[in-house]
Amino acid sequence: MRLICPICGARDRREFYYQGAAVALERPVPEADAEVWDNYLHLRKNLPGDLEELWSHDAGCGAWLRVTRNTVTHEIKAVVLAAESGRGTS
Amino acid sequence: MRVEGKGLIDRDRPLSFQFDGHSYRGFEGDTLASALLANDQRLVARSFKYHRPRGILTAGSEEPNALVTIGSGANQDPNVRATVQEIYEGLEAHSQNAWPSLSWDILSVNDLAAPFLSAGFYYKTFMWPRAFWEKLYEPFIRRAAGLGALSGQANPARYEKAFAFCDLLVIGAGPTGLMAALTAAKAGADVILADEDAVLGGQLNSDLREIGGKPAQIWAAETAAELARMNNVRLMPRTTITGVYDDGVYGGLERVSHHLTKPSNALPKETFWRIASRQAILASGALERPIAFRNNDRPGIMTAGAIRTYLNRFGVSPGKSVTLFANNDEAHLTAVDLIAAGVHVAAVVDVRPSAEALGAYRLIPNAQIVDTSGRSGLEAITIRTASGEQRIFTDCLGMSGGWNPTLHLTCHMNGRPVWNDEVVAFLPSDGAVPGLHTGGACAGVFSTAACLKHGVEVAGSALEALDLKAKDTVSPQAEDDPYRIMSYWAVPGKGRAWLDFQNDVTVKDVRQAAAENFRSVEHMKRYTTQGMATDQGKSSNVAALALLADATGRAIPDTGTTTFRPPFSPVALAALGAGAEDKGFAPERKTTSHAASLSKGAPMIEAGLWYRPSYFPASGETNWRQSCDREVGLVRKTVGICDVSTLGKIDIQGPDAARLLDLVYANTFSSLKPGKVRYGLILREDGHVMDDGTTARLGAEHFVMTTTTAAAGQVMRHLEFVSQAIHPEWDVRIMSVTEQWAQFAVAGPKSPELLNGLVDNPINNETWPFMCCGPVMVHGVSGRLFRISFSGEHAYELAVPARFGDSLFRVLVARAEALGGGAYGMEALNVLRIEKGFITHSEIDGRVTAFDVGMDRMISDRKDCIGKRMAAREGLKDPDRPRLVGLKPVGIVKQLTAGAHIFCAGKEATRENSEGYITSVCFSPSLGHFIGLGFVKRGPERLGEQMQMVDHVRSIRAEVALCDPVFLDPEGGRARG
Repeated sequence: MRLICPICGARDRREFYYQGAAVALERPVPEADAEVWDNYLHLRKNLPGDLEELWSHDAGCGAWLRVTRNTVTHEIKAVVLAAESGRGTS
Repeated sequence: MRVEGKGLIDRDRPLSFQFDGHSYRGFEGDTLASALLANDQRLVARSFKYHRPRGILTAGSEEPNALVTIGSGANQDPNVRATVQEIYEGLEAHSQNAWPSLSWDILSVNDLAAPFLSAGFYYKTFMWPRAFWEKLYEPFIRRAAGLGALSGQANPARYEKAFAFCDLLVIGAGPTGLMAALTAAKAGADVILADEDAVLGGQLNSDLREIGGKPAQIWAAETAAELARMNNVRLMPRTTITGVYDDGVYGGLERVSHHLTKPSNALPKETFWRIASRQAILASGALERPIAFRNNDRPGIMTAGAIRTYLNRFGVSPGKSVTLFANNDEAHLTAVDLIAAGVHVAAVVDVRPSAEALGAYRLIPNAQIVDTSGRSGLEAITIRTASGEQRIFTDCLGMSGGWNPTLHLTCHMNGRPVWNDEVVAFLPSDGAVPGLHTGGACAGVFSTAACLKHGVEVAGSALEALDLKAKDTVSPQAEDDPYRIMSYWAVPGKGRAWLDFQNDVTVKDVRQAAAENFRSVEHMKRYTTQGMATDQGKSSNVAALALLADATGRAIPDTGTTTFRPPFSPVALAALGAGAEDKGFAPERKTTSHAASLSKGAPMIEAGLWYRPSYFPASGETNWRQSCDREVGLVRKTVGICDVSTLGKIDIQGPDAARLLDLVYANTFSSLKPGKVRYGLILREDGHVMDDGTTARLGAEHFVMTTTTAAAGQVMRHLEFVSQAIHPEWDVRIMSVTEQWAQFAVAGPKSPELLNGLVDNPINNETWPFMCCGPVMVHGVSGRLFRISFSGEHAYELAVPARFGDSLFRVLVARAEALGGGAYGMEALNVLRIEKGFITHSEIDGRVTAFDVGMDRMISDRKDCIGKRMAAREGLKDPDRPRLVGLKPVGIVKQLTAGAHIFCAGKEATRENSEGYITSVCFSPSLGHFIGLGFVKRGPERLGEQMQMVDHVRSIRAEVALCDPVFLDPEGGRARG
């Protein structure tokens, strides 16, 4: 499997660290309800198909990437920098 | 026997080799199989289960029978297919699974017991009594059934892994593959052409007919040479593509030096390739299938195509009087070639009533072979025609039940092959692998002319996907015979008719599976072991499936197929794991003081990948405790030196550096003044402790964070995540500088004395108070000095660029020794921190909260931080949670052990009654007894309570008392003073 890092180009998946769902980019505000935080941290739909994921280019540039991957076919549909796609609480 | 004037072997280069201790002659270009057949050695193996005599069945990597061991001792390779192994001068091969010898094998009595050893025999028979399984049945079965054995010694051979990249990977160098590679290369694509054979050409090397007016073998060699001259083509012979993976990655096994007498030391035995390819063409050809009939497994019986290959490519006739048994025209070509070479063809038996002879040989149409005879090799066959049975004497029989496209790789990503009635075979499904095009016989295209043309076409499709334009290529003239075949799998009748030669599965076994309602192909496979041997049923799966379909009254497409998974053919684990043996698995990270520590006799312990000194034995010391106790004393009374460079060091700079730290740390760092250091706690977003450490503010926008050795990578990734993904708008940059700085702890009451005179700045409590930091000059080198303490003593950490680490360590130790101190190792470091109640990852193991370690008040009320919201959850602030306490022995047993559980006095030591557990223990030389840290329910509220410690693993019980985790100097005066 290969991922196209927007900074480094196409690289073997062994250079990357897999984190999990890209939901982690949508950190709630501190005063949000317990339910919102519970959703953010623990609950995933886990449906087959396209999944937004977070990968880190650990053995490369260190960039965090938002990857759209089909969990059925493993097709990588998009890779963008998390820095350019996250919705921070700022 | 050898046939003069034929083959691609070099008759000017004779070679001698050994098989089972006997010497034989062959020629360069021979495989072990062709050379054995040239020497009329027909018996080469014993079968897996019944120990039946077996010969060579095929001429390719699908060979189920002829498995041999090459070499001897530590270097031996078991289960090598004789059909793949090229011979070389001095080659030493041994047969397998026979004792005492191949021709007289005691366990061939199994064959007489065959009526009892049918499908499911083991499942039914060895179920009971249960105790017999391990002691009796399994050892016997393992001894009786078998393949080659490993030497039991470490494999001294070298294996490599490698990566390759190309626009187009062409798999298989037969007519389709050669033509496709040529077309793509001429269009400018970067091409890799891989073939498992040593000689490119595939089926063309077994064919005498012409391509473009030249013999096929010549055309193949010339085309391969043309490709070899092109800069954008890489030829990879002896390379089997073993698996297909996501995004155009292909696994390939190159047999680099298996064919060499004395390979250069520079060459690995095998190289496992990972080939990243934008497009790929599968031109892997097709594999001929045998026909099942009674006793179809005698040495001398092989596939018809194999005979043709041995004749045309190796100049060998596997028999003196050959018969053929077929359901298709293709097999008749073998008879034509044999006659042309002067080999007698006794008869061609064809099941088709309409079969026509393609040459001057005796054709018996509408006939079947019903039995064969010959104890250790074929002597005669019995055929049945409309007019009755007759016997034909023959020493070699070629079977052909048609051809199965070699589509295995198209199934590696869940593709399912599709049945085609016209060619009586499965064909690859469209788009089974993204970017992989199938061509030639692999796609059900069988004539040479059609394959050449198809090669051009599929190359065109691949080029289009690569945005390259194919030049007009006309494929050369070649034979274009139609593929005429009648569906036929097994001759009806009594006796055992073999399907899977390697696992000894017969037609009867498949029918029995169906009769016992193992109707699913996956169930049949597991019940009979059909296709589960090392050849993965390459020559037998489809026939077994057809028979299962017949036995269950279904059509073949309704019966389905089993799943092909990587690898296509066996791959040595040594090749897959190349580079990861020994230190390759866990590279060594060494500190700059490594050599100096070794020269002082320090044993090293591993900390992750790091190597750190355990202790520094002084003369007269005979065990680690003596050294450790002495080193603790040095730090408490004079001064000790310890390399702490393995701690993670992260440089953080930018206008928003302080904001980043405020968010990452539970406590506040924006209020830290430049020139000061603060201890901080990092939480995970779920409210548990991730790591701890100190961070120094070197300037308004410049911090340097330290992490624990264990969590350095995790914390770095976490900081990257927070800065890139949560607050990309913040102007801050972070960089790991762990390896750039060598850092040493200078700890003990005499540490200021040691430093004064070494660093240019005057060091005292006024100029350098506790928790302050700043630049210093060390003998002219710019360094950093931090007044921090992990020992509880007056202490510093001195950092210099790594290239000065070795010399600085030696200078520091020399100065310490002059003051009555010295170096200390990890054991002493651990004792010093336990005496002070400082936590490490023994305590913050990922399950504890700031509340558990008594640091919940560090979570600032005035700001947000990662983990703050979730740390406030009720369950994480439950006073009943196990919380950090100190423990000391108060009874007769004075020893404490880490991992032991704590129970109330008088309570039974069961899991339900556990009140907590111990995380760290040591003998404290300062206090003169064992001390420990641990977590006990409501621990801080129970100080002074006497409890019992029980270590069920080591069977140790001790009376303990709970106490404050800080055993020494709770006011901290020693560190500040």
